Amino acid sequence: MRRLRFWHRPAFWGFVFIAPWIVGYLCFTVGPMMGSLLLSFCQYDLANLKFAGLSNYERLFTNDPLFWKSLWNTATYTLFAVPLGLTGSLMLAVFLNQKVRGLALYRTLYYIPSLVPAVATALLWNYVFNANFGILNNSLRSAGMSNPPQWLQDPNWALPAFVIMSLWGIGGGRMIIFLAGLQGIPDSYYEAADIDGAGPLSKFRHITLPMLTPMIFFNMVLGIIGSFQVFTAAYIMTGGGPANATLFYVLYLFRQAFEEFRMGYASAMAWVLFVILLVCTGIQFWQAKKWVYYEGEVK
Amino acid sequence: MKDAEGDIQTERFGLKTALVYLVLTAGAVLFCIPLFWCVSAAFKDAQSVFRLPIEWIPRQWHPENFREAWTVLPFPVFVINTLIVTFFAVVGQVLSASLVAYGFARFNFPGRKVLFMLVLSSMLLPAQVTMIPVFIIWQKFGMIDTFAPLTIPAYLGGGAFTIFLLRQFYLTIPRELDEAAMIDGCSYFGIWRHIILPLSRPALITVLLFSFMANWDDFMGPLIYLHSQDKLTVSIGLRLFQDQYGQTNLPLLMAASLLHIAPVVIIFLIGQRYFIKGIVMTGLKG
Repeated sequence: MRRLRFWHRPAFWGFVFIAPWIVGYLCFTVGPMMGSLLLSFCQYDLANLKFAGLSNYERLFTNDPLFWKSLWNTATYTLFAVPLGLTGSLMLAVFLNQKVRGLALYRTLYYIPSLVPAVATALLWNYVFNANFGILNNSLRSAGMSNPPQWLQDPNWALPAFVIMSLWGIGGGRMIIFLAGLQGIPDSYYEAADIDGAGPLSKFRHITLPMLTPMIFFNMVLGIIGSFQVFTAAYIMTGGGPANATLFYVLYLFRQAFEEFRMGYASAMAWVLFVILLVCTGIQFWQAKKWVYYEGEVK
Repeated sequence: MKDAEGDIQTERFGLKTALVYLVLTAGAVLFCIPLFWCVSAAFKDAQSVFRLPIEWIPRQWHPENFREAWTVLPFPVFVINTLIVTFFAVVGQVLSASLVAYGFARFNFPGRKVLFMLVLSSMLLPAQVTMIPVFIIWQKFGMIDTFAPLTIPAYLGGGAFTIFLLRQFYLTIPRELDEAAMIDGCSYFGIWRHIILPLSRPALITVLLFSFMANWDDFMGPLIYLHSQDKLTVSIGLRLFQDQYGQTNLPLLMAASLLHIAPVVIIFLIGQRYFIKGIVMTGLKG
């Protein structure tokens, strides 16, 4: 049998169809990644390019308190926003899965906040947190708290305010994924547990949670990556203040790059962020074997 | 016996159900309060919005706030810009992701698995790692303050999420259809055009909606690339609003925000089932 000419072979056409992605991947991912790695060893202000060795990294780690401050702020925010958000989404999904009538209506109501564009969310919450006439402090005052926090004006309360704001989105995509996971658990598992006399808590602990671990894992990995990149809200609401209490990592990076035009320094920051997230994600994948349960998996 | 048991069941169920509804309703009200405040503030005048206790229903309605928000800054220009960027980016994303997903779903070629892993792993890549060199490239091409950086990349692959979602869907379309079309003399491109595309309408609508939202929402992209006022998108335009009216005329700012929020919410309400399906697909098979 004669070999097909290459343009008749399916393999050739496979490459033709994925060609746009290959071009895009090389031009907008691989190339720029290498570029920013190289830039991180240089000084570049969009006009003069100068090799700088490791000095950017040296300055980051030893001589830039704002770098550490922004990293600390971001890590603290992540440490609270991600677990609280995951728990909130999961609880909400469990409630919505109680065979309620009007599920679609509730789901829509809880989903809408996560639809509101980031800028509009930030503008809106700016006034929710307003110390004098904001909704939040008004409710706190009528609940008897005479001196509610100043939120965005108080360095100690600004970061918690951002965590609270992030919880407005617990009804979004994460919750939908949990809800679908819950609906995929066969009733027979719960019936078997009923026969064994298991209570609701024990059923949640031994059936619901293990069956949801793949979704918890998925949401956690993407949640941490997303939360390390929080930007718009801080840019709009506080500009990083007060006293740099909400100076998040990407906000600081953005300023270095597009306000100070320290492209090399900002690239070094980007690579530090990348390595942090890589290690973080790597650890999660490695740990996943111990707690994530995939049905039908052969152990 | 059976009846009695049934009765007990319904009774216990009744109490539990009532509790569930109570929690769900209270939560839903709590979640809607900020938006409700936004709507009511948008209809007030600049003084009454600060009045305490909060007037949830404005005593005097000022619908003209919306007309003012529409005209006081070049808001229509912002909207048109956003629509242009969103339209071209969405078309590019859906078109190119559809081709790429077809390539991954239907052809065997060396390195396919590795390449697809690369597609998936790029979902985990923080945008900041590529942001600066990409900016420098556009700057060298003299494309800063144009829509090119916000639209052209969409035509090159269309994003990992979109490719993944469409590929998952294409895998469910029976291959026999391709083969039948091939016997009839259809080219590979023809199969994509006449078999795959028409059969994957729900998936295409899903990614179209997601893409619309992402582009309508986008803040950092326009912030980096667009500078002159006649090029701005709504999300950046709102910041101008905040600078000019955040202190003096809050209702105007809230009216403008609502003009930004409304299209997204309306489109969601129309395409709801596609959204939910799309989210579920990525979450369960990732």
